[in-house]
Formats: sequence, structure tokens, C-alpha cells
Amino acid sequence: MEKKQEVLLEVSNLRTYFPVKTNKLRKKTVLKAVDDITLTVFKGETLGIVGESGSGKSTLGRTILRLVEPTEGEIVFEGQHIENLKLRELQVIRNQMQVIFQDPFGSLNPRMRIEEIIEEPIKMHTRLSKIERKNRIKELIEKVGLSEEALKKFPHEFSGGQRQRIGIARALAINPKFIIADEPVSALDVSIQSQVLNLMMDLQDEFHLTYLFISHDLSVIKHISDRVAVMYLGRIVEIGTKESLYKNPLHPYTKALLSSIPVVDFENKREEIMISGELPSPVDPPVGCAFHTRCPFAMDICRLKRPQLKDKNEDQQVACFLYEEEQTIEREPNHLVEI
Amino acid sequence: MKQLGKEKLLEVKDLKVYFEIGHDKIAKAVDGVSFSINKGETVALVGESGSGKSVTSLSIMRLIPTPPGKIVGGSIELDGQDLLSYTEKNMRKVRGEDIGMIFQEPMTSLDPVFKIENQLIESIIYHQRISKKEAKQRALELLQLVGIANPEKVLHEYPHQLSGGMRQRVMIAIAMSNNPKLLIADEPTTALDVTVQAQILKLMLKMKDSFNSSILLITHDMGVVAETADRVLVMYGGQIVEEAQVKELFLNPKHPYTAALLRTIPSLEQNTRRLPSIPGNVPPAHKFPKGCRFADRCEFAMDICRESAPALGRISDGHQVRCHLPFMKGGQEIGEETRSITGSV
Repeated sequence: MEKKQEVLLEVSNLRTYFPVKTNKLRKKTVLKAVDDITLTVFKGETLGIVGESGSGKSTLGRTILRLVEPTEGEIVFEGQHIENLKLRELQVIRNQMQVIFQDPFGSLNPRMRIEEIIEEPIKMHTRLSKIERKNRIKELIEKVGLSEEALKKFPHEFSGGQRQRIGIARALAINPKFIIADEPVSALDVSIQSQVLNLMMDLQDEFHLTYLFISHDLSVIKHISDRVAVMYLGRIVEIGTKESLYKNPLHPYTKALLSSIPVVDFENKREEIMISGELPSPVDPPVGCAFHTRCPFAMDICRLKRPQLKDKNEDQQVACFLYEEEQTIEREPNHLVEI
Repeated sequence: MKQLGKEKLLEVKDLKVYFEIGHDKIAKAVDGVSFSINKGETVALVGESGSGKSVTSLSIMRLIPTPPGKIVGGSIELDGQDLLSYTEKNMRKVRGEDIGMIFQEPMTSLDPVFKIENQLIESIIYHQRISKKEAKQRALELLQLVGIANPEKVLHEYPHQLSGGMRQRVMIAIAMSNNPKLLIADEPTTALDVTVQAQILKLMLKMKDSFNSSILLITHDMGVVAETADRVLVMYGGQIVEEAQVKELFLNPKHPYTAALLRTIPSLEQNTRRLPSIPGNVPPAHKFPKGCRFADRCEFAMDICRESAPALGRISDGHQVRCHLPFMKGGQEIGEETRSITGSV
């Protein structure tokens, strides 16, 4: 596949902090949900964001849409800065970006008929007449593989997979360019999951959509993405093309993630990198590299300094001291002993 | 301890659990399920939501809410004892003592207003009739056993103070507290992150070996099945449609549903752009078709499939399938067939 290099979205040094009250001393601290993230999304591609719960992947998606306000940093969509736009100006931009949520039960208003649910964004963002809207709704519901009768029904009359199709129809209603899909298939059975993934890929081809696809499921991410970013405690620890990242994962966390997926593999037992423990609390993340508490290769420097995301090869960037230039480590010779 | 005895621990025969859902509609959630679990064995029960796998496990523990649900037929024997004839009082001894349980959602299955200590000790005292002090000692040992680093501290914490993985470890400690013969785990890792999932699965298998018990693992994740189970039961529409040793099932699936299920898993190796999918949805349990319940979604469906419901038939030792196809003249190899379809996409 040819590389599509036209930039659609650029995020630089984005931070989203939430104030939290810690119980003990009533001291106020911040939870760094998104902590200095820089990334680019190209037109027509699918960028997968993968991470465990608490890694900040959903907050990242919401911040880009400004459903959550960024604390610091820039969000540039099609050349326009949107991090400081007023609500009214933001509305104009938002008809280019839509979102699909995980929970097909919670994200559809139970008291609205399907046609009203899909009509809402059209009313909000376009000036189509009533008849035009009706036609558009019909066209959309067929595009996502449901029949016209569905329009008169309420959400509870549908299964999870069908509801997710309705959510997709709503997201597509105003011809957006960019869709953020936040765990869109996680609540579905496997056989239904693949239907929805196939649908999303077909629609991408047909409408030239760009996806930011957020998921905890590495197999799903691999299937749908062109490039993948791995998040850990609010930061990107590795980003690269799908092929390179899955074939040759660099960051110890990426390696551990890939090796902990249960797979069907009766002949050659693959190398297993078990990591102990769980994600530390994002309110009180470890100093230095956030992963050092669970990393089997942690060195002294990892406990002191925070690694930056750097180019490792043409296709991959990684934030890990294992891959830093030798000179950096030479400057601190003590740390060589640890390796 | 790898050698599996042929001694049967649990035997379920022709189990039928129906739910009344109003207007004389009856949902046949479990409709004639028979299987057994040997001592020391891990058996996986797989299926999509609505296939009846959870109702099967709840029936074994006699936890079906009645009404609307009712066990209308069949038998469940644990170590030769007929559980369906037990009174509620006797059943309470069985739960937690002979059968340990782990559920999907560790947050809702622990009581939020009691400390871990109380919840762990409660079950130990109830079943073992030992002093509070001894029970506390036992609780500490158990927490250590399930890999909790600072058991003293955790004993005095409430469920909300623990992470998802920690809570599931506590649940396993409670489930194992009375050396159960059978551990029923209903989607035990579905709510957990992958890195934690791997730890919890390892822990479950370790506990099974050290306590010499058997596991009935209910899951929808074929990857988890491949890594943990000895034998697999595939459920669809309230029935078992295929049963085989784990390797046999993955390498030589006979039921089109099993084969399709295996194909729909997005794998890390395959590079096809389109995922094979199964069209349609699981039929609702009150409106099963007359013939095979999978016929409407099956790519190999024939006339006979819509006319007569297939029975479980034997393929080889321990491998059974509920499908007409393998028993037709010149029956084709579904596994082979489907694999070549995948390759050509």
C-alpha cells in the first residue's frame, strides 16, 4: 500500500489533567490522563490506539474532539487550530469529526426512535429540508445493513451489533471526514465483531474516512489499523506501522502485551514475556519511565529519567532507554553495569 | 499431575432449563445438555451470548431464579450425588464447599460494605467450623497463595480499594477457601486487561493443580480456551453442538458453527483484509426453528437441515458433533474447506 502522507490531524504536546482530591490529607493533586502526546493522523488511514484501562486512550480521543478540555498543547485539524476555539466555531469543525462509542446500550437515547437518533446530527449541522433528511436517513440505515423498518423502532428492540450499526449510521449522518471510534466492538460477540469491523472498513473505502480506532484488543487493532500507537499511563511508548510493530515490537511493554494475548498455538510455544503487577495508579505514576516498575529490563536510568519518543527506524518510534544511542549511556557509565 | 483420571466428577444428563417469559412464551435457554467433567480436568464451555452457557453453570449450582426459570428435566450428579434432589439447605453446603465459583465482574461479586477479611473468613467459618483466629490464619495463607504481596494490608481493605486484577485474585481465594472439588469460572478474565488476564489464568490453573480440583471454564474467547482447556464444549441455541479434546477441536472442527467461530477470531498472523463473519444473529430462545438451530446462518445448510434437527453423532473417541453434514455420504471436511476459503479471500 502506498503511503498517504497528507496530514489530517496533528496533535502536539497534548496534556489533559484532571484535578483529584486524595482522601488522606485533602491534598489536591492531578491525574495526568494524557501526558505530553504528539501524533499525526494522515488522511484515509486508520490509526489504532492500544493500551490497558487507565492508559488514557479514551481521554485522548475525547480531548481531540474537545469533549474534554485540554490542559495544554495543540490540536490542529486540517490546518486549523482547534484547541482554543469557542463553542460556536467548534460546532463547524465538529461536523467533520464524529465519534462512535463502546456501549451500544448507553449511547443511544432509549426514548428516541431510530430515525430521530440519526436525524439529530443532521438537524444540528446541516440545513437539509425535512424530506431531504428523511431520504438521507433511509440511505444511511441501508448503508449500515439494516432495513427501513428499523427506523420506527426504539433502541431496546435491537441486539448489540445492530445498535452499534445504528451508532455508526449516526456518526456518518453528516458526512464527516474523521471518526474516532472508542472501543466500538468490545461489547460484541466475536461473530458480530467481525461484521461490524467489516462494515467499518467498507464505509472507510466508500466515504474516504479517516479513523482513530481506540481499543484494548490487540488483534482487533491489528486487523483494522494502518499504524498503531501503544499507550501506557498517559504516554505513547511506541508508535509504528502495523507490520513493523507487530513483527518487531521494540518497547518491552509492547512485547509483553503481544505475548500475553492468548492464542491458538499447539505446536511452537512462543516466547512468553510475562510482566508482573498491574498498571500503577495514574494519580501517582512512577518517576522516570512509567513502565520501569513492571519492566524486566529496567536499568538505573529508567528510574531517574523519562525516555522520549525517538525514531528507531523508518517505520517505528519508541520511548525506551534500551534503544538510546550509546553515547547517552556512556555519559553515565554506572548504568552499564545493570544491563 | 498432568495425567487425567477417567474418574467422573460431574455428570450432567439431558439438562433442560426453561424460562417463562410471559404470554405463554417459553425460552428454552438450556435444551437437553449432557456432558461430564473428569477429576483434574479443565473443561471449557464456549458460545456467544444467549447460547445458554451461563444458565448451564448456574443450574449446576442451583442458582436459577425460580420463577421465571425452572429446571424442567435432566439430572446433575456431583461425585455420585444427585444435586437436583438436594434441599436448599444442603445445597448451601455444596456451594462454596464442593463447588467454588468465580464470576466475571469482581466488583459486583464482592460485597462493597465488608472488608476482604470478613468476606473471606465468613465462608471459611461457615463451611469448616473453625475458630475465628484459625480462619484468619487460613485467610492469610490463601491470599499469599493467590499471589497477593501484602496480605495483611489487603485483609483490612474494602473491595473498592483494590484493582480489578486484585479483586479477581481475592475472588479466587474465596472460591478455593474450602478446597472445592469443582471450580466454576464464568468469564473470569473478560473484565481484565490482557497482561492481567494472563496472570489470572495461570493462577487458576496453578490453584486447580495444587487443590486437585477440576475447572468448568465458561468463556467466549477461543484464545483463552486454547491455552487453558483440556476439553471443549461448544454451545449454540441451548444445545451442545460439538464436543472434543481441545487440540482436536481447533485442528479438526466438524460443526460449521465451530469452524466459523474459529475463523472469525481476528488473529495476529492472518493478513486478510476482510474478516470472515457469521451472518445474522443467534435465534431467540423462544423461537427456535424446527430443524437445525444454526441452519439460517450456515453456509452449508441443506434441505434436511431445515426439516429435521440433527442429534449428537460420534466422529471419533471423545469427538461428537450435532450436524447432518459429516454423516452424509461423501461428507466433506468442513475444517479443510473453510481453511481454503480463508486463504483465498
